Amino acid sequence: MARLESAPVPLPACVPTSASAIPAATATPRHSALVRVTHWITTLCFFALLISGFEIVISHPRFYWGETGNDLTTPLFKLHIPSSRSLVPSGYGYVLPDQNGWSRYLHFQSAWIVVLTGLLYVSSLFFSGDLRKNLFPRRADLSWRAFSSSIADHLRFKRPNAAEAWSYNLLQRLAYLFVIFVLFPLVIWTGLAMSPAFVSAFPLTVTSLGGQQSARTLHFFVSLALLLFLLAHVAMVFLAGFTNRMRAMITGRPGTPTERT
Amino acid sequence: MSDLSSRKLSRRKLITTGLAATAGAAGLGVAAHLAQEYGLVPPDHRGIYGLGETLTYASQRLLTRHSLAREFSSSQISKPPFANQIDPLTDEFKRLQAGGFADWRLSVNGMVARPASFSLDQLKSYPSHTQITMLQCEEGWSYIAEWVGVPLSHLLDLVGVLPQAKYVVYVSMEPNTWDSIDMADALHPQTFLTYGMNGHELPVGHGGPLRMRLPRQLGYKNVKFITHLTVTDDLKKFGKGLGAAAPEFGYAWYAGI
Repeated sequence: MARLESAPVPLPACVPTSASAIPAATATPRHSALVRVTHWITTLCFFALLISGFEIVISHPRFYWGETGNDLTTPLFKLHIPSSRSLVPSGYGYVLPDQNGWSRYLHFQSAWIVVLTGLLYVSSLFFSGDLRKNLFPRRADLSWRAFSSSIADHLRFKRPNAAEAWSYNLLQRLAYLFVIFVLFPLVIWTGLAMSPAFVSAFPLTVTSLGGQQSARTLHFFVSLALLLFLLAHVAMVFLAGFTNRMRAMITGRPGTPTERT
Repeated sequence: MSDLSSRKLSRRKLITTGLAATAGAAGLGVAAHLAQEYGLVPPDHRGIYGLGETLTYASQRLLTRHSLAREFSSSQISKPPFANQIDPLTDEFKRLQAGGFADWRLSVNGMVARPASFSLDQLKSYPSHTQITMLQCEEGWSYIAEWVGVPLSHLLDLVGVLPQAKYVVYVSMEPNTWDSIDMADALHPQTFLTYGMNGHELPVGHGGPLRMRLPRQLGYKNVKFITHLTVTDDLKKFGKGLGAAAPEFGYAWYAGI
């Protein structure tokens, strides 16, 4: 709460630049240590989930709707890729090596870590006031004009100005809110809905989705949506200045002209 | 903010962080002890994936110990049920099959008051139970079938399980195929030794004449061709001590996820 919201004031040249002499405004990092640490743990887990999830999918790259589905039933759609199991009619004459064992171990371990990390991050969002300050759209942005100009800026690949290194723009805020409060809860829910033991205690979590195979299909699509977000996120980091943005997420401070002297 | 106050702040931060870390470590120690005490630690808890497995198994035991797997209506039965590939049958299996499995035996030993051996006819003479449940393969496919069998708890009552028993190990006629479950799953009302499916004898492709059926765990835990049960309090004595053959090939012991 005590954190200052204003953009940092560049240091006058005469001020000694030892750490203790930096004014409070610049001592406040762009991203708090908690945000930085949870961000990179989430990144690691996301890659682990993506790779292991893909390995699990190739053991049966067919998707169904409803409660059940197998090689004898008509799929909703199938991925035209080879499979790691010989019984799957993949159309390829060869079978990929089976990686399901460690993939499943890794998938669930990463899921645990990312869920616990996410809970820590989301509760800090509420307690620190960052949710309102950093993620909810600013009052000034709550208009169609602001929304369409933000979209136009993005479509023109306009590089963000210096002030934007210290806050999120409107589309960024909406995207982060959607990922944190829609996609992540959905991917956890659809994942749990595939667990035979979990749904024995909470059957509504799977029946409300239309069945166990529907949950699997939805899990696949929500994962794709998260992958799309990741690609856009990384693309925007490059567009906004890779070094600067990476530095802000690692050290907490974006590069400033004064730091370069 | 002056130099001094920021230093004070960092000292306070150091102290609180130190205290939190100590409390956290102590809390973890207590949690680990309690988890062991209440049987919340799976046999494959060592290694790099031990953390995830332990969290999963412990949560499942705390949340779903007594919950019942979903049962379906007969109109939801998959026709025909899909059978996964089985390894080539052994000569001994073929010999028993030729005799209509009349000589098939299920032996039970270990921590039981009355070790016993049962023929299929004996098993079928006990009150049979029916369930229409889903079998889910870890690969991603699934089917629903009607299973007929004798609840494992009935058999365990007959042989008299000793109070210190913690696990039931079950062994297949297929070479190197064995698994185990804790007593929560062994005594669960839907855990069956299954001999019938969809109104017929259980087909060999589905594990006939006798298959372990655990509808709350994935397909690979539902071991086919069961010939032997051992009741025990220590899984370290079996195989590599991981509780089943599956973890030796990299698959989790607990398959309820």
